[in-house]
Amino acid sequence: MRLNIRHRTVYRYDRPIAYAIQTLRLTPSPHDGLHILSWRLRGETRRQLTASTDGFGNVVHCHTVNHPHDTSAVFVEGEVETHDTAGVVRNAPDPLPPLYYMQPTPLTGMTPRIDAFAKEAVAGIEVPLDRLHRLMLAVRDAVDWQLGRTAVHTDADEALAEGAGVCQDHAHLFIAACRALDVPARYVSGYLWTGDHDEEFDANHAWSEAYVEGLGWVGFDPANRVCPNEYYVRCAVGPDYRGAAPVRGLVRGEAVEEMEVQVRVTQSAGGQQ
Amino acid sequence: MTGSDGPCRAPYAMIESWLRDTPPDLMEAKRRNAEVLFRRIGITFAVYTEGGDPERLIPFDIIPRVLDSGEWQYLSRGLEQRVKALNAFLRDIYGEREILRAGKIPAELVLHNSAFTPEMQDLAVPGGVFTHICGIDLVRVGPEDFYVLEDNCRTPSGVSYMLENRAVMMRLFPELFNRNMIRPVSHYPEELMETLQSVAPPNCEREPTVAVLTPGAFNSAYFEHSYLADEMGVELVEGPDLVIDDAVVYMRTTEGLKRVDVLYRRVDDEFLDPLTFRPDSMLGVPGIMHAYRAGNITLANAIGAGIADDKAVYMYVPEFVRFYLGEEPILKNVPTWDCRHKDQLSYVLDHLDELVVKEVHGSGGYGMLVGPKATREEREAYRQVLLARPDDHIAQPTLALSTCPTFVDGGIAPRHVDLRPFVLVGKDIRIVPGGLTRVALREGSLVVNSSQGGGTKDTWVVGPDGTLAEGAPA
Amino acid sequence: MLSRTAETVYWLARYMERMDYVARLLEVGLRMASMSANSGLTEWESAIIAAGAQRAFGNKYGVPSPDTVVDYLARDSDNPSSILSCLNTARSNARAVRTALTTDMWEAINVAWLEARTLGDEDFRVDRLPATLDWVKRASLLFNGAYNNTMLRSDAFWFTRLGTYVERADNTARIMDVKYHVLLPGHEQVGGLVDYHQWTAILQSVSALRAYHWVYDGRVQPWRVAELLIIRPEMPRSLRSCYDQIITYLDELGLHYAGRQGECHRLAGELHARLKYGRVDSIFRHGLHEFLTDYIDQTAKVGDEISALYFA
Repeated sequence: MRLNIRHRTVYRYDRPIAYAIQTLRLTPSPHDGLHILSWRLRGETRRQLTASTDGFGNVVHCHTVNHPHDTSAVFVEGEVETHDTAGVVRNAPDPLPPLYYMQPTPLTGMTPRIDAFAKEAVAGIEVPLDRLHRLMLAVRDAVDWQLGRTAVHTDADEALAEGAGVCQDHAHLFIAACRALDVPARYVSGYLWTGDHDEEFDANHAWSEAYVEGLGWVGFDPANRVCPNEYYVRCAVGPDYRGAAPVRGLVRGEAVEEMEVQVRVTQSAGGQQ
Repeated sequence: MTGSDGPCRAPYAMIESWLRDTPPDLMEAKRRNAEVLFRRIGITFAVYTEGGDPERLIPFDIIPRVLDSGEWQYLSRGLEQRVKALNAFLRDIYGEREILRAGKIPAELVLHNSAFTPEMQDLAVPGGVFTHICGIDLVRVGPEDFYVLEDNCRTPSGVSYMLENRAVMMRLFPELFNRNMIRPVSHYPEELMETLQSVAPPNCEREPTVAVLTPGAFNSAYFEHSYLADEMGVELVEGPDLVIDDAVVYMRTTEGLKRVDVLYRRVDDEFLDPLTFRPDSMLGVPGIMHAYRAGNITLANAIGAGIADDKAVYMYVPEFVRFYLGEEPILKNVPTWDCRHKDQLSYVLDHLDELVVKEVHGSGGYGMLVGPKATREEREAYRQVLLARPDDHIAQPTLALSTCPTFVDGGIAPRHVDLRPFVLVGKDIRIVPGGLTRVALREGSLVVNSSQGGGTKDTWVVGPDGTLAEGAPA
Repeated sequence: MLSRTAETVYWLARYMERMDYVARLLEVGLRMASMSANSGLTEWESAIIAAGAQRAFGNKYGVPSPDTVVDYLARDSDNPSSILSCLNTARSNARAVRTALTTDMWEAINVAWLEARTLGDEDFRVDRLPATLDWVKRASLLFNGAYNNTMLRSDAFWFTRLGTYVERADNTARIMDVKYHVLLPGHEQVGGLVDYHQWTAILQSVSALRAYHWVYDGRVQPWRVAELLIIRPEMPRSLRSCYDQIITYLDELGLHYAGRQGECHRLAGELHARLKYGRVDSIFRHGLHEFLTDYIDQTAKVGDEISALYFA
């Protein structure tokens, strides 16, 4: 499947600020199910943004605006070719061993509530992969998809207690529960195609991956109750949201910031199967 | 001065005669003089206590600690070997992790350690150096018998005391320096500067611009930061003085932005970049990781170097020497029994009356058993704790630390000392002959920390005739 | 150099100069009060006004008394411009940019700060106050001497000099304005004995009495005192002299930074020209107080513009 992605982020400030910087994890990492045809990031200046690879293997861009301004924007535009690999991620850049992804993080801390939830969800199931599928469904059942009930700092335990959240919360709970079952797990951010329509989204998508002996990393999207297929464009991984956040930024100056995000994922013309 | 209660070691002969020949009232006058000098120069370390004196002086003892050149040769060979192994470990652990595959250290101990910094994975630090300024804490228990208490691979402090102690001693007792061949330490800032310049990013084609990054005037080691910047002739910057523009580090100057190539940073890892680490940090430089990853800045010491001086990792440093260098370690570790291993646990249980047992993640002596001083009941109670949670405990023997003559209220008496030499690692390894000697001023105490009543001494390495001496024309 | 460092040394010099000024202000108060027939309250009140602190002082103490004025100006930590506050601020500035200072400079400040900590209540009683104020002036002189004699002639030095002279221009204008606020007792007349002594006290406070006699020989006259302290270039505390220095160091900085100049250069040049070509009779015709108030405002603006160009 050929997917075309356009992603625009506009920042507006109520009075001029002296300086702004953003860390952007908005570039797909190629693997057996994803091939990049073209990809481009543009910032405020004509200069090309400096890219590097972070410790988790993600491509990271640095965007700075070093003069007084009250608005700035970042544009992402690209095309990828995807294949359904039933969630299995092979040959992706992955510098850290699975063992690293077995420890709790600030947003995926272990609590008795999560421990009990995880063990109950998979009770009686033996096959590792089956346990993870069951866990994925249990996460979605325990946390209803609702906007506005959780925030960017909400951790897995809070989301479970709240019983509602968004894809980020589903991912965090799934990760924390996996670790309760001694399975390495991590957070993934990226793009998702939801059909050919004119709708635009105001955020990237997030899901998770668990490590299965013999298969390697396998994706699970609890929010949609599926393993990622050719509709998914995987960009960045990390132990939790903070390591894989699509955008992190800071400004120098005192102003109220307003951020406007438009994400559009469409099937490329001629790419229909 | 002595290993136990024996006679003074040979290098102290001159100290002995000096103490004998100097009238006590003159000595007392010199002590007071030293205090005035220190206060005026401003060596204070900020201990902000409510209502108390906001800047307290670290006690200085005017009787120097002496090492002869043979001892120093042995020590410096050992130090060089140890920092090579520590750097090799850091390169490996943020790269291929061969040592984990070889099973020389448990993988969890490294990968699940809070000091392991995944952001450093595969980051090509200039020159392959992670810990550029390394402070190794040593104690001596006999001639040529030094033990490493701990390695300090992050941002070791104390070198300014070494330098000021020497400066004050040279002003108070010029005749001692004329009479003895005392090897110089005052060129440390130049050595530091050359070390830092030697590890500039490969893409830096100009004379590299070096700066010292400090958390600011309220940091307890601020004096040292400003002192070193001053002596090296470089800017002392704070986080807000620096700005990242397109993954390059600049400082704000009266002429506009100026590019920085090497940062000797004295800000802790977690505060360095609020975009990568603690988001609430006001001390760091947002986005400096971009510059680091793009190869546009050298940070000394490197981020993540703390994994090498972790308490639990310490036990394996001799193994690093064998694994990476194929050599036998020259400096010893304090023998440590790791209670997570069954055989070591049973040894500890059998020798509780001779060992000190500590919690791995404890500090400040909390939850510790000092076997020889404990009662039978205390030992039995601790035995149960050990059996319940063996993984959390290590055990070490009690060491017979060396002492050094020291001025105390009742005259001159022996007090326990340790030693922190400073090792510089750039294109090559440099160690100025000496270090910071810390002394436990309370009788019988082994605690040398300045926050708990410890003091400092000048440390003399006495050279053979013909070597360069302090005060002699170079 | 770092913008922060430049700003810090500039303010360090300003606070050391201000400390000296407040000490001189208290001396004027002491001298005038001692020759006044009544309680001398207006003299003390004028000192508060000349320190620019009426409002803050009024909020804290209401009506001034000799004790409260001395306390407020000499050592009150609520008053950022009290002598001890100035010294504390100067030292923490010095500590923050220790590397930009010479050892002698640092020691001058640090020793003064250490000595200040040994001062007790009795050192601020009227009988001991003159000795304490002498100590303050010595500390300031030592600092000025230390940096003049030891600093490299480069930007850090020029910013320090700018701090000293911008502050001194402000202070000279203010100390002359004290006279405007001091009322003559009802039976005294302008040009009379008390008037004469009040002008003399001002000259003494800026160490200019002998200079006055050397330049003018004869009785102290108000317009001559004003001329000496406003437009005479040979008088080191005159406004003219301060602005000679300010434009010199602004020009040095401009040259040093490849010709980069700003509004501070233009404004300082204009103020300097008014002093250079001004005449004291026209100043008196338009009102001495009005002239001084304008210079205080304009000097503050020069400070703001220096900050905008170099410290932003």
